[in-house]
Amino acid sequence: MRELTYSQALREALYEEMARDANIILLGEDIGVYGGLFKVTDGLLAKYGPNRVLETPISESGFIGAAVGLAMCGKHPMAELMFMDFAWVAADQIFNQACKMRQMSGGQVSVPLVIRTQQGGGRGNAAQHSQSLEAHFAHIPGIKIALPSTPYDAKGLLKQAFRENDPVIVIEHKLLYNTKGNVPEQLAPIPFGVADVKRTGKDVTLISYSRTVLHALEAAETLAQAGIDVEVIDLRTIHPLDMDTIAKSVRKTTRVVIAHESHRNAGFGAELSARISETCFGWLDAPIERVGALDVPIAYSQPLEAHTLPSPDKIVQAVKRVKL
Amino acid sequence: MALSLEELKTGYYNMVLAREFERKCEALFQQGIIRGSLHMCIGQEATAAGTALALRDDDILITNYRGHGHALAKGISPRAAMAEMLGKVTGCCKGKGGSMHWTDLSKGIMPANAIVGAGLPTVVGCALAAKLDGNDNVAVTFFGDGATNQGVVHEAMNLAAMWQAPAIFICENNLYSEMTPISQTTNNKDLVERAAAYNIPAEIVDGNDIEAMHDAVCRAVTRGRQGKGPTFIEAKTYRTVGHMIGDSQIYRDKAEVEAWRAPERDPIMRLGAKLLGHGLTASQLTAIEQEVTRVIEDAVQFAKDSPYPALDEVYVDVFEHRIA
Repeated sequence: MRELTYSQALREALYEEMARDANIILLGEDIGVYGGLFKVTDGLLAKYGPNRVLETPISESGFIGAAVGLAMCGKHPMAELMFMDFAWVAADQIFNQACKMRQMSGGQVSVPLVIRTQQGGGRGNAAQHSQSLEAHFAHIPGIKIALPSTPYDAKGLLKQAFRENDPVIVIEHKLLYNTKGNVPEQLAPIPFGVADVKRTGKDVTLISYSRTVLHALEAAETLAQAGIDVEVIDLRTIHPLDMDTIAKSVRKTTRVVIAHESHRNAGFGAELSARISETCFGWLDAPIERVGALDVPIAYSQPLEAHTLPSPDKIVQAVKRVKL
Repeated sequence: MALSLEELKTGYYNMVLAREFERKCEALFQQGIIRGSLHMCIGQEATAAGTALALRDDDILITNYRGHGHALAKGISPRAAMAEMLGKVTGCCKGKGGSMHWTDLSKGIMPANAIVGAGLPTVVGCALAAKLDGNDNVAVTFFGDGATNQGVVHEAMNLAAMWQAPAIFICENNLYSEMTPISQTTNNKDLVERAAAYNIPAEIVDGNDIEAMHDAVCRAVTRGRQGKGPTFIEAKTYRTVGHMIGDSQIYRDKAEVEAWRAPERDPIMRLGAKLLGHGLTASQLTAIEQEVTRVIEDAVQFAKDSPYPALDEVYVDVFEHRIA
C-alpha cells in the first residue's frame, strides 16, 4: 500500500492528466517556479513548460476570464484560485460567464474549465482567508462541485474533473494538504455524484464532506464507545448530489445530522435537510440537526476561531440530540 | 489596404442591414413581440462593417449587448438572429439567449456579453488559444467607452500585453456610458491613453468612416497575425438612439443628436455619398436597400413561423448532458 499526502495526490493527478491531454493548461498565481502556495503544482513548469503552466498576475477576474476563453477555443484550462475567498473577486467571470456560456449559446459553446481552490479555517487566517463557500456555487446552475476529504479522493476527483466538458470547481481544504492516505499507483477517475459511505452504522446518519468528514469519523468513534452506531457518508461532490445513498441510509437509521464547515445559515446543510424532508419525511424519527460554523466572520484569535468552527465534540453533541 | 468597390458595397449592405434590423426590432418590441432588452447600434454601423471586412470567418468575435451590427457583418444569419429575438427554437441560440448573446461558431462568433467589459478577458483567452495552437487567427472584441472603467478591462489588457496575444480591443467611444457622459466619469479625453498604460499599441479612428475603420483594423490584424500582440482601437462614434429602448435621453441635447444624424456625419449617408462619387447610381444604392428590406421581411416571417422551444429544453444545454 502506497501512502501519499493530499497535495502529492493532487500533483500526481495533474502530472497524469497533463500527460494524457495536451490541451490541459494551468493558470494561476505563483504556480510555476514557486510551485503554488501549497506546492500542488510543484515541478509542473519544469516538466510541461511555460506554454502549459502559465504564471499570471494577481488578476483573478482576468485569468479566470482568459481561462473561459481558452476553454471555449478547445483547451481544457485549470485555473488555480489561491484562496476560495477570492472567488468574489472573480465572481462575474465564474458565475455570469463560465456557468452560463453553454446555455446562453444554445449549446454551441462548451466551457471545460477546472477551477482548483482551497478553503476553510483552523489556521488563524482570519475573516478573508478562511471561508467555506461551496453553497454559493451550489446555488448557481452550470458548475459541478467536488470536495475531496482524502488523498485518494483528491486524486480521483481531480482526474474526473478533467474528463468533464463543463466547469468544475475542486474545493480542497488548507488543513488537508499534509494529511496522508492510501493512493494506489493506478487510480481511475472517481465518478461525480457517488457518495462514499465511510463507516456503516444503524442508529444515526451523519452526512459530511471535505475536512469535516475527519471530524465526523472521530465523532463516530467517540459515539461508538457510548453505544451509538453512526453511519458516516462523505458526499465527495455536492453537485451532482448522490441522493440515493443519502435516502437509503436515512430510511435505515431514521435520524440525521449534517456537518460542514461553512456557515450554518443557508449552508448546503439546509438544502440537504430540505431534500431529506422531501424524500424521507415518513421515515424520520427526529428533527434533522445541522452542525456548521457560527454565523459570524471567522476571527483570528485561536479560541474565537475554534469556538466559531465545527469540531468533533460539536458533532457528538448533535448526534446525541437526535438520538435522545 | 484600400477597400474595393465591391467591398464598399458589401459594407454598405451590412450597415443598412444593421440599421434596418434594429428599426424592425424596435417596431416588434413596441408591438410586444420582442421582450426584454434591446440596445440598438444605430449610428455606429461603420465600426462593425469596417471591422468585418478585415476579418476571416475563423477569426473570433466577442461583442456585447450592442452587438447586432457586429454579428450581422461577421455573417450571422438574419433569419437565425431574428428568430432569436423572438425567442424561437430556430434562433441562433435556440431562443435561450435573446438580444444580448448571439452566437454562431461557424462564423467565429462567440457568445456576446451583457456584462459591461466582461468579454475582454475571454477574448484574451481566445487569442491566447490561437497563439498556442500556432495558427494566425485573431480575436476581436467590441466594448463601449463606459467599459474602460471596469477593472477587468484593465486586467485583460495587461494579460494580453503580457502574453502578446493577438487580441484586438475595439472601444466604440459613443460619448455616453449608458446615460452619463463619459466626460463626467473619466478624466481622459482620449481613451487610447488607457492602452498606453499597458504598452499596447493604440490608435484613434473616425468610427463613422468605414474606410478609416477598416484600415485601422487591418493594421491590428496584421500585427496579430504576425505575432506582434494586441492592439487597441478607439473608434469615435455616436449612437443616435437611446442606450436602450425606452431611454428618455434627457441627458443630452436634441441638437447634438441631430448633428450626428446629419449627412456629413451619419456613417451610412457618408458611405452612400462616397459610393455615388465612385460612380454608383442612386438606383444601385436603392437596390441594395431593397435587398435589405427583403432579407429582413424574410427573417421576420421565418421567425414568426418558427415554433418556440419545447419546455423540456430548459434542461438541455445547462451541462453537456441534459439534467433531470
